[in-house]
Formats: sequence, C-alpha cells, structure tokens
Amino acid sequence: MTDEPLLRVAALSKFYGSRVGCENISFDLWPGEVLAVVGESGSGKTTLLNCLSTRLLPSSGTASYRMRDGQWRELYRMSEAERRFLMRTDWGFVHQNPADGLRMTVSAGANVGERLMAVGDRQYGKIRATAVDWLSRVEIDEDRIDDAPRAFSGGMRQRLQIARNLVTGPRLVFMDEPTGGLDVSVQARLLDLLRGLVTDLGLAAIVVTHDLAVARLLSQRMMVMKDGRVVESGLTDRVLDDPRAPYTQLLVSSILQV
Amino acid sequence: MPTPLVVSDVAKSFTMHLRDGIRLPVVAGVSFSIRTGECAVLGGPSGAGKSSILKMLYGNYAVDEGQIIVQHDSGLIDLTSASPRTVLAVRRRTIGYVSQFLRTVPRVSALDVVAEPLVERGEDREGAREKARALLAQLNLPEKLWALPPATFSGGEQQRVNIARGFITEHPILLLDEPTASLDARNRDVVVDLIAAKKAAGVALLGIFHDQDVRDAVADRVIDVTAFAARKIAA
Repeated sequence: MTDEPLLRVAALSKFYGSRVGCENISFDLWPGEVLAVVGESGSGKTTLLNCLSTRLLPSSGTASYRMRDGQWRELYRMSEAERRFLMRTDWGFVHQNPADGLRMTVSAGANVGERLMAVGDRQYGKIRATAVDWLSRVEIDEDRIDDAPRAFSGGMRQRLQIARNLVTGPRLVFMDEPTGGLDVSVQARLLDLLRGLVTDLGLAAIVVTHDLAVARLLSQRMMVMKDGRVVESGLTDRVLDDPRAPYTQLLVSSILQV
Repeated sequence: MPTPLVVSDVAKSFTMHLRDGIRLPVVAGVSFSIRTGECAVLGGPSGAGKSSILKMLYGNYAVDEGQIIVQHDSGLIDLTSASPRTVLAVRRRTIGYVSQFLRTVPRVSALDVVAEPLVERGEDREGAREKARALLAQLNLPEKLWALPPATFSGGEQQRVNIARGFITEHPILLLDEPTASLDARNRDVVVDLIAAKKAAGVALLGIFHDQDVRDAVADRVIDVTAFAARKIAA
C-alpha cells in the first residue's frame, strides 16, 4: 500500500474582489479518507469545494493531485481538457440538487451509461449490464432503468446521481450537502448507502455539510470553517466530542438532542 | 515485561468559550504505565476524570500537556501530537476501545456491527461474521436479534453488541469504559472470562468498572485517579 496522499492542498485562497471566499486552506487527503468540511452558510465551504474540484479557479495557492500513474499534477496548471477528463474519469461530484448532476430528460440507465461511454465503453450490452448493477447497488429497481429521473422521488434522484458518479470507479468524490433537502428517513438510508460504498470502494471523499450528524457518520476527519477560514480541524470524533475553538463549541452546543 | 502504553504528566482541562471562557481543569500530572498481560483499573469517584483519561488515550479528547507513548507497529509514537491519520491507524491496529454506549448506525445488523472492526483490518467478511457469531453466542445475545440493527435493542443487549465489537479484534491494548454497567450477573461473568482470555493472550487492559465484584475479579491493580485531581492543583 502506498503511503502517499492523493491530494495536497497548500495555502489555497479565493477572493471575490475584496471579499474573502476562503483563505489560506491547507491539508492533505489520503486514499480511502473521508474529510468533512462543516460550517454555516457563507463560511466558504462551498467555495473551497468548487476550487478543489476545479469548477472555480483560486486566487492563490496550489492543489496537487496524484494521478493513477503515480505522477503528481498541479491542478490549476492543467489544461481545461485535462481537467475535464479528470472530472469524467477519476473524480465524482455529487451535487446537493440532483438536477445539477443528472440529465433529467434521459433515462436512468442512460444517465449511468453516459459516464461509461465518456471513458470509452462502447458495447451496449455491457454498458446496460453495468448500469443495472449500479442501479441495484443504489437500491433502484431494474424496472425503473428506462424511466427519466424526472419521474423519481428526491431520494431516488440522489441515489441515481451517486450511481452516475461512482460507475467509473473514481478515486476521489466531492459531495456538496449530499443529504440536504431530503426527508430525514430518506437521509438515513442515503447516508447508510454512502457509508457502505465509500468503505467498500476505498474512496477518498470531501463532503461539505452543515449537518454535524452527517459529518460524524461519514467522515474520519473534519475541518470547521468560519468566514472563509479553518477555525478547527482534526479527527471527527475529537472535534465533535472535545471542540476547542469557540465557534466549534457554538456549533456543537447548538445541536438539538432527540 | 513489555510496556506498550506509558502516560506521563498528562493534563487536561476544558475551556468553555460560551461561558466567558471559564476553564474547567479535569486532571493534571497523570502518570502511569500498563504492561502486557495485565488489567489495570482506574479508581475514584464520579467526576474524578476516569472517562476523560480513557478518551485521551483513544485520541477522542485532546490533551493539554504531557505525553502518551504507545507502541504502535514496531515503533513508539506520542498520541498527544500524532496526526489524525496516525491516530486512526493506532485505533485500527493497536488500541481498541469499548465505550459505555453503542453508537448505532442505521440499518446495519448487529452481526455486521460486531464484524466490522475485523473487516476494516482486512479480514474477509464471512470469516469476520463467523467470529462475530461465536462472540454473540458467548454473550448470550438471542440469535434472532443478530440480523437486526441494534438501535431498538435494550440497554443490556446493546452493551453486549458493543462488547463483542470491542473484543473481536486482537488489539494489543484495550480500553474498557464500564463494559458491564448494564449487564446481568451471568453476562458480567462472561465479560470477566473474556478479559481473562485477553490477559492470557498478552493484551494490556485499562478499564473503569463501578461493579465491585467485576473489579475484584479482573483488576491486577487500581490506579487512583484522585491523585491526579487538577482542581486541587489549580485552586
């Protein structure tokens, strides 16, 4: 087993004019590790996620990614085409709103198959079989394969989005509030599914969430952000059970007990 | 005799930023070590800091001062300054922990909850489940419960799932936070047997037991936590 990180982020900052999006963020992410980025709206967590996934270019700082061949590449120096290729093959991005990550007017099977075709699969029978397999892994019945996601519930759409992202066997998945906007019972099912998939596939993931329970269940490590900066980071259970920063203490003490 | 865990001069306090930054000292000057094949017990009244000490040893609480030296793989590491990634590796391979309460995950069966630590360490799922079945049977958990998620189990049943999960691995160091608190006499005896088997296998154990009978049955020595009271020192 390799003992090198998958992603190295150093002094990453993004400014919108004079306003801080995120400032001076540094961390390493190893294969198989799930990092939760928590904070309230406007804390900069989504800006950070968008910079890391190269959907947004930072104002300064670097992020290096270890490619499948072991070569380190500086993300912001890659060409647009190279970044898109990475996005389609080695990475996944699960949006809060499934409509942002799915093609709503084509069938569920095509949504999954499209990603396979993007990495060069051409044989229809094989693509369909893989799509069926992935739909069952995210607990969508095979007989829904020809339905468009428009006809799906919110929870099903989110599961379909996950299947679409994971079908190419990515090594790194970005998730933006993956359970946001879902009913609590649907959230639990989705979290459980995500947790199983992440463990079984040995995925590395960066999960942005404002929900500390989601962070506790999914992640091993956590960064707490406020006003664009990281105010506390560490093992997830350490940060939640022994919060040190005033802002983390406020967040943790604000959780409603049920 | 080898000493896989050495704690020296550890201090811990909580700073309550939401309460005008009040500082609550918990313990100070905590120093002891645990040898292989022994079970040491943390003694002292409630609030003396016994659980806090265990949580620091597991990396669950941060440490203000001092060192916690653990023999991990073939080297020594200081847990108080180790990276999160190292702490996770220590938990996977070196230090096991049985907490007072089971933190349940929705929809995962009791059997898989127990087998999970072995699967995480690379054992195949069926072999891990086999060992889980044996432990759950030993702890008298009714077989009809094995396939169900433990969320709806009684306190004693959850505790037994938790114990099985903690004892299934071969961690060289095992921390026990009142593992017998909600068990009946028969199952307390099973836990005593499990602890004896760990000792015989050369595991270093450190535990908190409020039950006097259990403590007398397993403890090789008692570490008096009142000696580490920080409030006296701070006052």
